[in-house]
Amino acid sequence: MSAPTTAEAAPPAGGGSDPVDLAGLPVRPAPHPLRWAAGAVVAVLAAMFLNMLVTNPAWKWDVVAEYMFAESILNALWLTVRLTVYGTVIGFAIGGVLALMRLSRSPLLAGVAWVYVWAFRSIPLIVQLLFWYNLAILYDRLSFGIPFGPAFVTFPTMELISPMTAAVLGLALHQAAYAAEIVRSGVLSVDQGQREAAAALGLPRGRQVRRIILPQAMRTIMPTAGNEVIGLFKGTSVVYVMALGELFYRVQVIYNRTGDVVPLLMVATLWYIVLTTLLSVAQFHVERHYAKGSVRVLPPTPLQRLRSAGEALARRTARGGPAPRGGTP
Amino acid sequence: MSTPMVEVRGVHKSFGALEVLRGVDLTVGAGHVTAVLGPSGSGKSTLLRCVNHLERADRGYVAVDGELIGYRRGRGVLHELRERQILRQRAAIGFVFQNFHLFPHLTALENVVEAPRFALRRPAAEVEAEARALLDRVGLADKADVHPRRLSGGQQQRVAIARALALRPKVLLFDEPTSALDPELVGEVLDVIRDLAAAGTTMVVVTHEIGFAREVADTVVFMDGGRVVESGPPAQVLDAPRHERTRAFLDKVL
Repeated sequence: MSAPTTAEAAPPAGGGSDPVDLAGLPVRPAPHPLRWAAGAVVAVLAAMFLNMLVTNPAWKWDVVAEYMFAESILNALWLTVRLTVYGTVIGFAIGGVLALMRLSRSPLLAGVAWVYVWAFRSIPLIVQLLFWYNLAILYDRLSFGIPFGPAFVTFPTMELISPMTAAVLGLALHQAAYAAEIVRSGVLSVDQGQREAAAALGLPRGRQVRRIILPQAMRTIMPTAGNEVIGLFKGTSVVYVMALGELFYRVQVIYNRTGDVVPLLMVATLWYIVLTTLLSVAQFHVERHYAKGSVRVLPPTPLQRLRSAGEALARRTARGGPAPRGGTP
Repeated sequence: MSTPMVEVRGVHKSFGALEVLRGVDLTVGAGHVTAVLGPSGSGKSTLLRCVNHLERADRGYVAVDGELIGYRRGRGVLHELRERQILRQRAAIGFVFQNFHLFPHLTALENVVEAPRFALRRPAAEVEAEARALLDRVGLADKADVHPRRLSGGQQQRVAIARALALRPKVLLFDEPTSALDPELVGEVLDVIRDLAAAGTTMVVVTHEIGFAREVADTVVFMDGGRVVESGPPAQVLDAPRHERTRAFLDKVL
């Protein structure tokens, strides 16, 4: 390799020239022709898809725009959001208790929690909702009092269990079964040593769970819980069977009247997409919060990532050549 | 030996068919340092975990400063204590784990503050000032606001020692405090324990560091097969062991 170079105009092929110079040479990234070709194909397909959406008058975008912020739609959306919030909050509250019961040393508590999860995972949500809705057929009066003893107050079931109550009950009890398993998996994922250390320090039981175990369990709980909340949000559409005016039901009512099936489905779709996006963003930030201390450096937020990518691009175009070696300073 | 701070009498412990402790007696005087040596599987760690009731002894009892751990004496019967009472007893017994078990989501300072604040319910300002002083004592005053994962193993173990000291325990138990450390980090942790010994802290240290045991311990206990084989001053147990098993063990590790 150390052949003396006599003619400067003709450097030796193979790049084995002066070794001192190599470290300072810029690096040209490897070419990726197939990646570029695949990118072009995908870009064309995406353009065709957009064109299809925009140019076909059957989508009736004007109708979509008309109904997107209509009061009846917004009211229905609000009901959907409320159902999601109630279902999530009550569901995860019951689920958390069930998870702790499952993990307790009492075989009775653990057994009851297991049976609950088994039962509510086995019954389809829609069936359960109809059961609650029709509870008055089974028990026409509900009373509160001493078990097996006298009652203090008695209500007619029809008054107590409105369609809204039935929907919230059904969604929350259904969600609780899944939430219980999610919380349990989170608690199990925390190193046994953490609990021992908390016990060895004499921390009270409640403090151990709230301060030591749960914050660490959240790392495992959050991704699945995010799935569940988004699933529940879209799943609220099944309460249309109880003629409850949430988003999907309202949309059906309108298109049955006007015949604009596709545009109104698109209204619902767009709202589902918007809120799911918001939920995903919220999930990302909650996860980031609980990652505190478990990773040395937190991953950048999408915004930070976008900014640094932009800066890198600007640097590259400003230099007008291949990037230097060694990455960004 | 002065008044016993830790008293272990006839403790047996089995895990299923495996008998880990077969009747262990141990007395630790106040202000004394006891080093427990022995091959792995000899029951050293289990003995230590029985002292603060992380494991419940099948037979026998443990007392710290004259107080029975995990039980209350009735007439002709031992009443098992409720969890809350056991937790209160543990607050008087510091425990340092082999793998530190710091709380990773809390900073070093928060790790130290947690127990005096919420197990002993002492006022926040006082506890924090004391926690900072303790971190300073183990040489980590500047790491108070750092999370454990950003600390070296030796630093983590020193935070764990500060965390245990924050309860002002009557006795400190160390379960192989340097076994999970890189060799060059062992010294800084042993230095801290040495300082504690000089300050008159009662300690039981399960360790494989024979040199450290010789230098710091008042009493060396050699365990094998779930029993105490022999115990006495380091010069006697380490340099002139009376039992063949002690001699064989020391030959292997020295």
